[in-house]
Amino acid sequence: MFESRRDIFSKLRRNRQKARAIAARIIVLALLCAGGLRLPAQEKNPYAGDAKMAKLGEYQFRSNCAFCHGLGARGGGRGPDLTRAQKHHGNTDAELFHNVHDGIAGTAMPAATNGGIGVGMSDEEIWQVITYIRSLEKKTSAAETGNSAHGKELFYGVAGCGTCHMVNGKGGRLGPDLSSTGASRSIEYLTESLRNPSKRLAEGISEPLKDFSQEYETVTVVTSEGTKLQGVVLNEDSFTVQMLDTREQLHAFEKAKLRSYEKTRESLMPAYDTKALPEKDLKDLIAFLLAASEKGGGQ
Amino acid sequence: MKIARVIRFIPYFIVFCVLPSSSRAQVTSERLLHSSKEPQNWLMYSGDYAGHRFSALDQINVSNAATLVPKWVYQTMAGGKFETTPLVVDGILYGTGQDDRVYALDARSGRPIWQYQQTLPVDIRPCCGRVNRGVAILGDKIFVATLDAHVVALDSKTGNVVWDATAAEHAKGYSFTLAPLVIKNLVLVGVSGGEYGIRGFIDAYDAATGARKWRFYTIPGPGEPGHDSWEGDSWKIGGSPSWITGTYDPATNTTFWTTGNPSPSNRGEGRAGDNLYSNSLLALDPDTGKLKWYFQFTQHDEHDYDATQVPVMIDDGDRKWMAQANRNGFFYVVDRTNGKLISATSYAKVSWSTSKDATGRPVPDKAGAPTPDGNRVCPGALGATNWMSPTYDPQTKLFYVTAREQCDIFSTAPQPYEAGHAYYGSAYFPNDDTQPFWGALRALDPATSKLKWEWKHTSPTWAGVLSTAGGLVFTGDAEGNFIALEAASGKVLWHFQCGASVFSSPMSFAIDGKQYVAVAAGSALFAFALP
Repeated sequence: MFESRRDIFSKLRRNRQKARAIAARIIVLALLCAGGLRLPAQEKNPYAGDAKMAKLGEYQFRSNCAFCHGLGARGGGRGPDLTRAQKHHGNTDAELFHNVHDGIAGTAMPAATNGGIGVGMSDEEIWQVITYIRSLEKKTSAAETGNSAHGKELFYGVAGCGTCHMVNGKGGRLGPDLSSTGASRSIEYLTESLRNPSKRLAEGISEPLKDFSQEYETVTVVTSEGTKLQGVVLNEDSFTVQMLDTREQLHAFEKAKLRSYEKTRESLMPAYDTKALPEKDLKDLIAFLLAASEKGGGQ
Repeated sequence: MKIARVIRFIPYFIVFCVLPSSSRAQVTSERLLHSSKEPQNWLMYSGDYAGHRFSALDQINVSNAATLVPKWVYQTMAGGKFETTPLVVDGILYGTGQDDRVYALDARSGRPIWQYQQTLPVDIRPCCGRVNRGVAILGDKIFVATLDAHVVALDSKTGNVVWDATAAEHAKGYSFTLAPLVIKNLVLVGVSGGEYGIRGFIDAYDAATGARKWRFYTIPGPGEPGHDSWEGDSWKIGGSPSWITGTYDPATNTTFWTTGNPSPSNRGEGRAGDNLYSNSLLALDPDTGKLKWYFQFTQHDEHDYDATQVPVMIDDGDRKWMAQANRNGFFYVVDRTNGKLISATSYAKVSWSTSKDATGRPVPDKAGAPTPDGNRVCPGALGATNWMSPTYDPQTKLFYVTAREQCDIFSTAPQPYEAGHAYYGSAYFPNDDTQPFWGALRALDPATSKLKWEWKHTSPTWAGVLSTAGGLVFTGDAEGNFIALEAASGKVLWHFQCGASVFSSPMSFAIDGKQYVAVAAGSALFAFALP
């Protein structure tokens, strides 16, 4: 097995050498034409549409990307769904390459260089991963064709989402801000979050060197003065808790000084079953979230 | 006249020649052997050769621990994980930091005396952070093993390089992260690189010259016993690094080292067999590097269950044990005179093994192997514990270990070997369990392997444990707390918020009769004492 696999890869390597030789000629030509100006980074995927490369990319993806983006690139707790045609941080080959190679500042996406993702990917391997991602991209799904205007009415109206969630600066603060959620989460994830919000709690603050992010757990405390407060956990450690109560007031407590402290993984968000939110309305709501994020809500 | 002149010089002779050697004794190998006689000092990574990480100091104790205060903080001003356990010798602290920083501090004030940083090439291959866990000392030299696979001796007074030995090619994935271990006149180190398809080894260097005295390859070559536990040429790139400091039994002149995963870590295809001596306990002759015996914890591992946890020597009457709470979730007690297994008992959630062989050793289930679509296995890839040190407290006769309760989904994918390139053939990611992952400090009784008590952490932590004669154990958490607990009961007596995760194992020392406890957290080294 080992030897045969090696054979395949030595062939690939020879092709790579060929490609490199051609690239070197192009660079010399370009330098001559541009009078020595610096070349922009490679903008086109050299492996576009190559099924073999997509397969290699899938292996690379499993080793380097799936931890956050999930198997099959459908999105994990941390990384967005990459099977969607519209990507929040850019859709072109060059943008994808840049995002993988250099990471995305201000997000959890690290650079694919040594010390970044896993133990590093070469440029060729990054292109393989992009080839793989392209092979997964889906056409617009039914949910994406919902009526976003009606979704917006529902969000800020009868569905009551805006009481706790903010979208592009408008709404409540108790739940996670949803401005960029439409771009980063799969339709399945969004559907599950509405139908069964306690199944997977949303992630909040993430601290350097800590393995896991804080989740939107529900907390109920009784203070030393006897005041009962309910809300979401913004952060906690073994001795203290930082919370936002249902009236959007911040509190910080030493646990030992509380009269009672109860935490559950039952989300404060109500579950929207098909009675509360018929299938069509759900699609409209999701369409609103998608449209909102496309307007650059997260940036 | 002549005699008078000689007499005039006598005071100078006393000041310059006699006093320095008597007031500041050299760190001899004899002192290292009898480290328990000088509890004010912390002379090696685990505090002693037995790997106990126990301090005989008792000034800080159950009755006053609640009043502990920080006395000083030293900042490395570097990013990334700060994993050092410093040494303290006669009032001077020697520690390391990220990117192979080394420093000597006034242990009373934290003020630096000298600082050194290895010039690291751009093509080093640290798998998991630009970390270093500490130094070793002998004579007037400090030894550090670096990320570019060098072993360097520094002058303990100045930080100047005395010698610099290249152990292996860093660009091929070889690196060092551990604190070396000095035995007699030799400096012992084990290599990191299980993510790059290296061939692991343990080396010994002459402390005086830096000349390599022996090398033990942790993967047997052709013709050597155990070589047939590898398929084809897979032994050449089979990993089996040895990246945590070993221990030493002077009574039998045996040094104990542990090894990590076979490569690729999460793909067994192509390396059929037990893959010796990956994930093993090795008993070596420290003078020659010859193998006396071995015990393999996890055969043909596909879950990255490195056995790189400090092997702890425990004596129970005439019985001579080696105890290890392994990353694979079992607590092993082995007869350290012959390598025979005495017991293996799970101390955390385990699903990779549901059966044992005739000797009582847990064996991997076929059903637990990683699959292309993923297979949920406990413990997760980061293990039921990891490199953070456990402690053995001879007073309570308990073994304390940081346990992590996390299961992962293990997926596998073929990956070609390319020198210096990632070679693990896999991915793992947290499973979809509805309950969050958590961790605990657990007190185990080595005589029965039973859990005596546990204290739950908010989330899984990477902090090791220190026990002291004051009836205390010290540990840290991922949320940044440094915590003192009663060793007998697990009751929390004191805690301090350091501001970032504790990613190290604590130690203790004393100066002028005042006891300190030190720990690295975030990018700072903290020293605590009574007010």
